[in-house]
Amino acid sequence: MNFHRVSGLLLRYVFLYSRTPFRMLDLTFWPLMDLLVWGFMTMYMMRIQTKVAPFLSFLIGAIIFWNILYRAQQAVTVSFLEDIWSQNLLNVFVAPVRLTEFIAATYIMGFVQSMIVVVLMSLTALFAYHYNVAMLPLSLGVLSVNLLLLGWTLGMMTTALIIRWGHSAEALAWAVPFLIQPISAVFYPVSIFPSWLQPISLALPSTYVFEGMRQVLHGSPLTATQIVIPFALNALYMFMAGLVFNRMYNIARDKGLLAKVAS
Amino acid sequence: MTTPEPIVQVQNLRKVYDEKTALADVSLAVKRGEIVGLLGANGAGKTTLIHILLGLLKPTSGTVLIFGKDLEHHRISILERCNFSSAYIHLPHNLKVWENLLVFAKLYQVKNARKKIDHLLDSFEVSHLRNNRTGYLSSGEQTRVNLCKALINDPDLLLLDEPTASLDPDIADKVRKLIKRVQEERNMTILYTSHNMRDVEELCDRVLFLHKGNITAEGSPQEIMDRFKQQSLEDVFINIARGGDVEEEEKHELPSG
Repeated sequence: MNFHRVSGLLLRYVFLYSRTPFRMLDLTFWPLMDLLVWGFMTMYMMRIQTKVAPFLSFLIGAIIFWNILYRAQQAVTVSFLEDIWSQNLLNVFVAPVRLTEFIAATYIMGFVQSMIVVVLMSLTALFAYHYNVAMLPLSLGVLSVNLLLLGWTLGMMTTALIIRWGHSAEALAWAVPFLIQPISAVFYPVSIFPSWLQPISLALPSTYVFEGMRQVLHGSPLTATQIVIPFALNALYMFMAGLVFNRMYNIARDKGLLAKVAS
Repeated sequence: MTTPEPIVQVQNLRKVYDEKTALADVSLAVKRGEIVGLLGANGAGKTTLIHILLGLLKPTSGTVLIFGKDLEHHRISILERCNFSSAYIHLPHNLKVWENLLVFAKLYQVKNARKKIDHLLDSFEVSHLRNNRTGYLSSGEQTRVNLCKALINDPDLLLLDEPTASLDPDIADKVRKLIKRVQEERNMTILYTSHNMRDVEELCDRVLFLHKGNITAEGSPQEIMDRFKQQSLEDVFINIARGGDVEEEEKHELPSG
């Protein structure tokens, strides 16, 4: 891994975002809209029926946490798509850039974007709903790293599919996170699912984060197992995604798809 | 006295996509400081060959040695000494010219990047565009900026894919002269594809004609015109592209071995 080259790739994204106000708008507008609509909706529900009061904490926490995963996945995939859209992809692939360096740069972008969104949403939640994310226990912060890892993995998988199937797979960039959202127990507990769906939900690292968040907000601490399992699952999925990416890249090199997707 | 090792050495290169043969059996060698033109009709295999040389495409069989190293196993170290420019590949249009060049300077780990960028922009007479967004440049200006990018790492091997396509004759002439000047200054090896025979006649020391995935003719532009008894490379091109008599004539006249 050459950090000079990774910094070159990152510099490109920084220039790109600073030159394109709509990209910044995309980064800030949708998360804030989510938070405002669902936050005010919950406040209204609290006013008409006080029983749902804890739901405010669950929902706002869930929306902020979900955006960690979503933004990480988006940053990885859209960074790749930016090169396709600007017909610059071949310039990057004929430069002495290793795949690991290319992926590392998109991961760093995913981390930065996730952090920007979390800070922005946390401040909004503090001022609009007096919901202080900083008061949550550190263990929950550690657990939430799993959302970043899963976002990276999904981003790498999506990019691999776009490399293999080209422009027709572009829509996956926005669809993939929402494939797992309904079964990640983001807004409701795993116990809501029918019994056959629960093991599938529990195979996702994200489920442990949202279940853990609700548990912590109820006042129960997290156990070590609840923290270790999602990290182990993430390690497994990231390894598998790496294999898939490598396989798709080799197929693309064999079939000449890199030039096709880049033009 | 030993012959210097070729910069590019390709042996029995073959590329088959599903049922379609893009390169049948191509062998070639390019020496240091040579400008070699790669000519052929659309679908002749030029782009396939260039993409294999850049490592974008895996050959079905055959070997590619660049700087004496096997491309498949030393891709990164080879690419550090190569660069590429194509009329069909663009730099991100939202970035300013100097920003794009700075990014590629970092990717190629260029020392004194800002000085290098200034020097290249001066050489290609586009210094005044350094703060312009790349997407707002004219075709001629974009081509010159693309060439600045292609020379950012002082490559030993430069691959140019139709660099003068879509340029007017005046700008195309300027670009040709700039390429020639830079090549002479640095004794660079250039592999050049073009459909503009004027480019090839003016620039190339040697020409390879590709037809249906095979090299069907090879020599200096003048040698090829003489051999095919044609007044211009364009006429040779048309005859080879149409595949008929001239190709057969060529086969008979080529010395064996």
